[in-house]
Amino acid sequence: MNETIRAILRKLANLPVAVEDLTDDADLYAAGLSSFASVQVMLGIEESFDIEFPDNLLNRKSFASIQAIEATVRQIVKANEAA
Amino acid sequence: MQTNFLDRLFESGLLIETGVDGLYGRSGQFEDVIAAFERLIDRFGGADGAEAMRFPPGMNRAFFETSGYMKSFPQLAGTVHSFCGDELDHMSLLKCMEVGEDWTKDQEATDIVLTPAACYPLYPTVARRGALPMSGKLFDLQSYCFRHEPSKDPARQQLFRMREYVCMGTERHVTDFRQSWMDRGVEMMKLVGLDVTIDIANDPFFGRAGKMLANNQRDQNLKFELLIPITSVTKPTACMSFNYHQDAFGTKWGLNLEDGSVAHTACVGFGLERIALALFHTHGLDVKHWPEEVRKVLWG
Repeated sequence: MNETIRAILRKLANLPVAVEDLTDDADLYAAGLSSFASVQVMLGIEESFDIEFPDNLLNRKSFASIQAIEATVRQIVKANEAA
Repeated sequence: MQTNFLDRLFESGLLIETGVDGLYGRSGQFEDVIAAFERLIDRFGGADGAEAMRFPPGMNRAFFETSGYMKSFPQLAGTVHSFCGDELDHMSLLKCMEVGEDWTKDQEATDIVLTPAACYPLYPTVARRGALPMSGKLFDLQSYCFRHEPSKDPARQQLFRMREYVCMGTERHVTDFRQSWMDRGVEMMKLVGLDVTIDIANDPFFGRAGKMLANNQRDQNLKFELLIPITSVTKPTACMSFNYHQDAFGTKWGLNLEDGSVAHTACVGFGLERIALALFHTHGLDVKHWPEEVRKVLWG
């Protein structure tokens, strides 16, 4: 999952730094992730993992780092499985 | 309730019906209230030394495209289209109109888009001038603005006036500016006898992506609104807004300070029709019967 997220970031996040250079807990906003780019990343992740973000997870915190994105995706997948 | 207030406004002649929801004429009395309130704005903000600029309610389409408005609010935008065909096209246009078919489908986009907020034409104008002084710059704008949201709520019009102050400078400078107007806004409304609250807010971004943008905006305290009950007590109307854009417009338009850093921007907007409606709703439709102290503040 980590590599898929990194691939999405490479394609859609429009960061001024190389995604390879980011640690999993690096602050993506500090690395230059804009509000609009984070929306693109959100849509890319939905498509890639075939999930839909619930409204309460459509926020900055969900996309704050690669780790945060992973945790959010896992949370959504888990909730889908439980449903 | 909402229809009632609108009907009373029509009956009193303060607003003039046009047959389109949210598109109204205004009486001389209505305009006089707006003029008086604008003078009150001047009394509060006049000494700040803002540079005044007035643009017509249409803006350069190229600037509109650069602004990114269509990313966020495609549902609200209004573009100006015109007939650009030859005589043959004219014939078929008239034919279409005659038989009641859609005559607008061949209209072509012009270089003009209706202004969505008074400050939109400002940023490219200032960017052309070169670097901003470290002490920042302040601008005073007013324009009719268009938003495509037909409604029977008289406080939600499609063409309305927005008075704005826009501040450009360092982060500290523009956030101080925003705070000072939040304080002034409350004081001004109190002077004219209006009950207000200030609350955190978000813009009406389009779609699911918009939900995320709205949440981001709230998380970062970027927008506040001054709310006054007009057509509903539970959902009061935003009559002023206080917006901090961070360096988003500075980056987009290339607005830099003298030291080369990107300028931060903030704006404070007055919804002039909404404020007038709040006054009429609170004090009655006949200004002669408004409280003496309110009349004094507005007309001296």
